[in-house]
Amino acid sequence: MNIHNEEQEVATEPRFVIKPKDINDEISWAQINEDVLRSLERPRALYWVIFFASLGLFCWGVYCEIYQYNTGLGVAALNNPQVWGLYIATFIFWIGMSHSGTLLSAILLIMHADWRKPIYRFAEAMTTFSLMTAGLFVLVHLGRVWQFYYVVAYPSERWTWPNFSSPLVWDATAIGSYLTTSVIFLYFGMIPDLAICRDKATGVRRLFYRVLSVGWKGTDWQWANFRVTYLTLACLLIPLAVSVHSIVATDFAVSQQPGWHTTSFPPYFVAGALYSGCAAIITLFIILRYTFRFEQYMTIPILEKLCKLTFAISMVWTYLNMIEYAAVWYGTDPVAKQTLIFRATGTYAGWWWAMNILGSVVPFTLTFKALRTHIPTMMVVSLLLNLGMWIERFMIVTPTFAHGYYPWTWNDHWWPNWVQIGIIAGSFGWFTMLFMLFCKIFPSVSMYEVKEMVYHRSQARKGAALLAASAPQPAKS
Amino acid sequence: MSFDNLSSNWSKLRVKRPQPDQYKDAPYKWAMVIDLDACTGCNACTTACYAENNLPVVGKERFLAGQAMHWLRIERYWGEGEELTQEFPEQGAEFLPMMCQQCESAPCEIVCPVGATHHTPDGLNSQVYNRCIGSRYCSANCPYKVRYFNWFDYPTNAWPSPLEQQLNPDVTVRSKGVMEKCTFCVQRLTEAKSKARTEGRIVNDGEVLTACAQACPSSAIHFGNLADSSSKVAKMWNAQQVELSAYPQKKDEQREKDEQLGKNEEVVRGYRILEDLRTYPSVVYLERIRSAEV
Repeated sequence: MNIHNEEQEVATEPRFVIKPKDINDEISWAQINEDVLRSLERPRALYWVIFFASLGLFCWGVYCEIYQYNTGLGVAALNNPQVWGLYIATFIFWIGMSHSGTLLSAILLIMHADWRKPIYRFAEAMTTFSLMTAGLFVLVHLGRVWQFYYVVAYPSERWTWPNFSSPLVWDATAIGSYLTTSVIFLYFGMIPDLAICRDKATGVRRLFYRVLSVGWKGTDWQWANFRVTYLTLACLLIPLAVSVHSIVATDFAVSQQPGWHTTSFPPYFVAGALYSGCAAIITLFIILRYTFRFEQYMTIPILEKLCKLTFAISMVWTYLNMIEYAAVWYGTDPVAKQTLIFRATGTYAGWWWAMNILGSVVPFTLTFKALRTHIPTMMVVSLLLNLGMWIERFMIVTPTFAHGYYPWTWNDHWWPNWVQIGIIAGSFGWFTMLFMLFCKIFPSVSMYEVKEMVYHRSQARKGAALLAASAPQPAKS
Repeated sequence: MSFDNLSSNWSKLRVKRPQPDQYKDAPYKWAMVIDLDACTGCNACTTACYAENNLPVVGKERFLAGQAMHWLRIERYWGEGEELTQEFPEQGAEFLPMMCQQCESAPCEIVCPVGATHHTPDGLNSQVYNRCIGSRYCSANCPYKVRYFNWFDYPTNAWPSPLEQQLNPDVTVRSKGVMEKCTFCVQRLTEAKSKARTEGRIVNDGEVLTACAQACPSSAIHFGNLADSSSKVAKMWNAQQVELSAYPQKKDEQREKDEQLGKNEEVVRGYRILEDLRTYPSVVYLERIRSAEV
């Protein structure tokens, strides 16, 4: 009797578990098309508020950059030990932001996590635009930006090449390939949706989408090729994403300076990148959900999953952060240890503690279900997490300059001025502007993948119900 | 860096630590000895450097903002709490002239993305202004922070007419956005070398001096050719038991042994700054000897 009962449980239980409802699986395909295409037409007023605010910020940043370009980098309060200032810190921040798009779209694709489907498109767009912003910072920070192409290994009639032992050359190469691949990946994944836009659009827009959808008809042959190519691109993108931020970390790890010369930097940077990227996805998730009325697609259970992912990554980051401190503290380099003490107790101590609290303590709010599902709280928390991660980059770059090897050059009262802050604010404006434009021109929710998701879920539910009805009921004893 | 080099001779491009016999057959290896005991902190070397190398005078405001362009700076140090106890703290200061150390294994050279700073065969750490794109990575990685960036467009601002007439015609006036640093007055070295070459010899000791060495009233700065074993600088390096390609130096090991044995005899006072970073600088400093009471 007992044996019989157990066998039945093994056979019926695990196969037919219905996952928590991420999305309403009774929603019709026509409804999905209509809802998503509506986002290209009439967003809520908040959209325009955000768009024009970011346009204004961008214009201010352009003004600051023109002033700096014409006068020289000296107007940005940079000086001899503080040669990089906030530009490189913010560059790392934007590179970091670009990682979670790949996490959602490529890594979770390979892991068959289907809850990513309604949100990966905008995350992928975030990747592309934040990479573009990061690239701009490289240019903004160069002394002779008009010669930036010297870094690229191009065939020159003088046979001059870049210095291949410099991490900046690796940077230029890695960022270039990652940007190219992620633009191709973003565009390629959009082709079936662009075809839907083409079918529904009229006039000039129809021509625009027709060109972009490159003759997509949705035949079996096209779908088969599409799937294989998309998966291949995803596999290509993952190592690129990891290598990009590892290489950015080598900018610091390869150098000799106290506080930078740490072998744990590459994984530490990658963890920080995924962390800030996930937090940014939560922010944009909430904004898009409201402005484009995507409540049915960007649902609370999906937000919860994002929050759990963010929490996991935040703990990885915390661990690596502690490792970095421990390695310096118990290491043999007295100067690095002194720089660490300077960070915790010197001029920038407030920032350092803020970074540790925002990065390692605030994510614990994500462990409470009541807070996780409360949208205004999550908006604030996600912004705080990103602020923490920006401060982290600031704390990597600045204290080492302020308190390096040579005591004569210690400069612990350095602070950026309005030009630097203006350009950084401008970069946020530029990113938000591009992102908002993208969401208005292209479908920011993947229609065909949401249809897939809805279909699979409804089939699974129906099948489970059918099996549950037809399964022999265990005899009650 | 040609493609042929890249494809066939990759190992040659790797940055190696300096070898003991690196300059054995080379005609030149420029080096310096600075006697801190002789230095009075008069700043004549700095002034000479400004005049020789067309350095812009940036003014008080930018100097205080940390944007000065002094390739050679005089640093002042006091013992702990000393400047507070003395009525005239300047009296007790110790001076240290600091310029590019022309490291043999220079941290700046490996990180420059475009190869604008690289090593010359005569052991200088050169800076190619035309190639520099101003990423400032070299300065970020320089432990001595002796690289100076053109934060502003000095050629049109720093020398109002007729001051541009006093610029040294042998030295480039650097444009906005490039890095620069002490060159050991490479224009003088080049001139002396070509003169010697036409006469079929190498440069004699003392034939060429950097502007700072020439201007130093107390002869604290000695400059010369380390590859020529009969030169004054080579003799001083020998006397101080400092080897260009060695770390740790033999005398340091000897000193440790002596300390363990209880002996405490200081015979030499030569050292190189931040030597434990293994940058192998070309400048030897001679420690200042202070009597117990001034």
